Amino acid sequence: MSPPTLAQVTIRDRTSDEPSCVAQNGFCPDWIRDHIGDYMAPLLRHLELTVVSVLAGFVIAFALALLAHRRRWLTGPITGITGVMYTIPSLALFAILLPITGFGFVTGVIALTSYNLLVIFRNIVAGLDNVPDAAKDAATGMGMTDRQRLWQVELPLAIPEIVAGVRVATTTTVGLAALAFIAGAGGLGQQIITDIVFKSNIVIASVLCILLAAALDLAILAVQRAALPWRRVPV
Amino acid sequence: MTPADSAQPEGPSANGQAATLELRGISKRYPGAAEPAIDGLSLEVAAGEICVLVGPSGCGKTTAMRLVNRMIEPTSGDILIDGRSIIDRRPSELRRQIGYAIQQIGLFPHQTIAENIATVPRLLGWDKRRIAARVQELMELVALEGAMAARYPSQLSGGQRQRVGVARALAADPPLMLMDEPFGAIDPISRERLQNEFLRLQGEIRKTIVFVTHDIDEAIKMGDRIAVLRKGGVLAQYATPAELLMAPADAFVEDFVGADRALKRLALQRVRDIDLWEAPTVRVGDSAAQARDRAAASVIGHVLLVDDDARPVSWLQPADLEGDRVPAHEGRVTMVELDDVLRDALADLLQGQVMYGVVTDHGGRVAGVLSVEIISEFLAQQVAGRIDEAPAPAQRVA
Repeated sequence: MSPPTLAQVTIRDRTSDEPSCVAQNGFCPDWIRDHIGDYMAPLLRHLELTVVSVLAGFVIAFALALLAHRRRWLTGPITGITGVMYTIPSLALFAILLPITGFGFVTGVIALTSYNLLVIFRNIVAGLDNVPDAAKDAATGMGMTDRQRLWQVELPLAIPEIVAGVRVATTTTVGLAALAFIAGAGGLGQQIITDIVFKSNIVIASVLCILLAAALDLAILAVQRAALPWRRVPV
Repeated sequence: MTPADSAQPEGPSANGQAATLELRGISKRYPGAAEPAIDGLSLEVAAGEICVLVGPSGCGKTTAMRLVNRMIEPTSGDILIDGRSIIDRRPSELRRQIGYAIQQIGLFPHQTIAENIATVPRLLGWDKRRIAARVQELMELVALEGAMAARYPSQLSGGQRQRVGVARALAADPPLMLMDEPFGAIDPISRERLQNEFLRLQGEIRKTIVFVTHDIDEAIKMGDRIAVLRKGGVLAQYATPAELLMAPADAFVEDFVGADRALKRLALQRVRDIDLWEAPTVRVGDSAAQARDRAAASVIGHVLLVDDDARPVSWLQPADLEGDRVPAHEGRVTMVELDDVLRDALADLLQGQVMYGVVTDHGGRVAGVLSVEIISEFLAQQVAGRIDEAPAPAQRVA
């Protein structure tokens, strides 16, 4: 059995009348205070999994979206394929990948990345579609090449929707990464499964998950606000 | 200011080279469409002229305009700018030489006004200092305050956005401009003001302009020549506004121009083109006796009080001139400008419910008096069919 169980035996031994909080697998503030440091490494690994997966998902989805922007007919097939990837149960996907990519961080990242593709791809495509026709017409009419128009007008105007997609993907990934331990990628999920009956353990790991998701979301929002002055001018 | 001054070789009128434009037998057919969008359209636009394309919706006027900068490719025919075919030129480079303004304006919401105006100069690779100087110059040209430069399009009114659109189209001082209902999406009052401002601007910059509108009144006001198109992109008539009003080529044009052709001719003449009455002006402190004499001698029966800069202040009745000297006085004066077209001036008089309007020049100084009487005499001559003659002087009263 794992160390927390040993600790609980020790504590139970000391308090004879009433069984201790830890022994009862309860919610124990004292224990949490003493052991919170043990969760920093899994938290960092969780952060790593999330950031790498979202970045990889963004890069791939961005490339796919640019492709679909040039060849409109590709939008359907790409949405379909990434949609199928999105619906594969995560447990199954880890299981499928294990024999191919092995037990570890990479397998976790591949699985999590595949779940990001659909939402980011769809938001980039929608963002580009929602650029006002007049702005596009003016850009071309004034002599921008297709590439100049894309990078100077369309993509900057699509940023709010692209960022919205990245935010959803990030929050989802923080949650999904809790299962990445199945692939041997570690993270807070690993910590939860280590002692699934111990409430204190579950509360710390879960709260850290939620805080991580919220912190990342706020960070992205802050970057967006700083980067898009035109979105917050008083009208 | 010296670096800025030295960095602006293309002043508004500095090198304003205008181009000639020629459409030769242009046709445009869309695959699957029964009728061509444009059918054998040929017309020439002289350098420095405004050519208005007008017609009912579906007549292909916007299509015709967009063929000129290859936003649409013709099925057959050729287009020449300064005698040179556009077909063998790279579209993006061609378009940077042609000003482009559209009804929806299409300002870039994520860029400041200054950045929007700088679009084409940036594409042409001008250096920053030259761009900054040009942006400043253009903002003055279209009467936008300097403080607007750092704002975003969403912070501007409709009229201000239209001005930015025009400034942006003028940015690289193109010899040819395409304007698709550039004043279409704003309220009638701002629209009229922008039209007048643009005509004044055009007086300075003398560009060759292709101007699309569905509004015959705007066409008559803005155009040096007007091309009336009918459905299917067929040219019904290409003529000066006066010719169009005097001699419509066929029933379609006559119908399109409207039954009020005589009245529309008022839009062809500016206040400065007809003989005005002399304004009986007085200043504070002038002899009241002389002022009374002037009022009596004038057909108006009043004198006009002006300030030290000769700007109109108020009409004075003989009853206001009881003392020795002309007193200070406040009042309401209906004013029209020398550059206003007669139709607008008449509208101002009717709206102010007055018989006389004080005509002012650029600086707001009194240039004369316009009356409903002068306009009705002018109209009477028009109906008599003497539009091609210079309007006879109206009765002048000393």
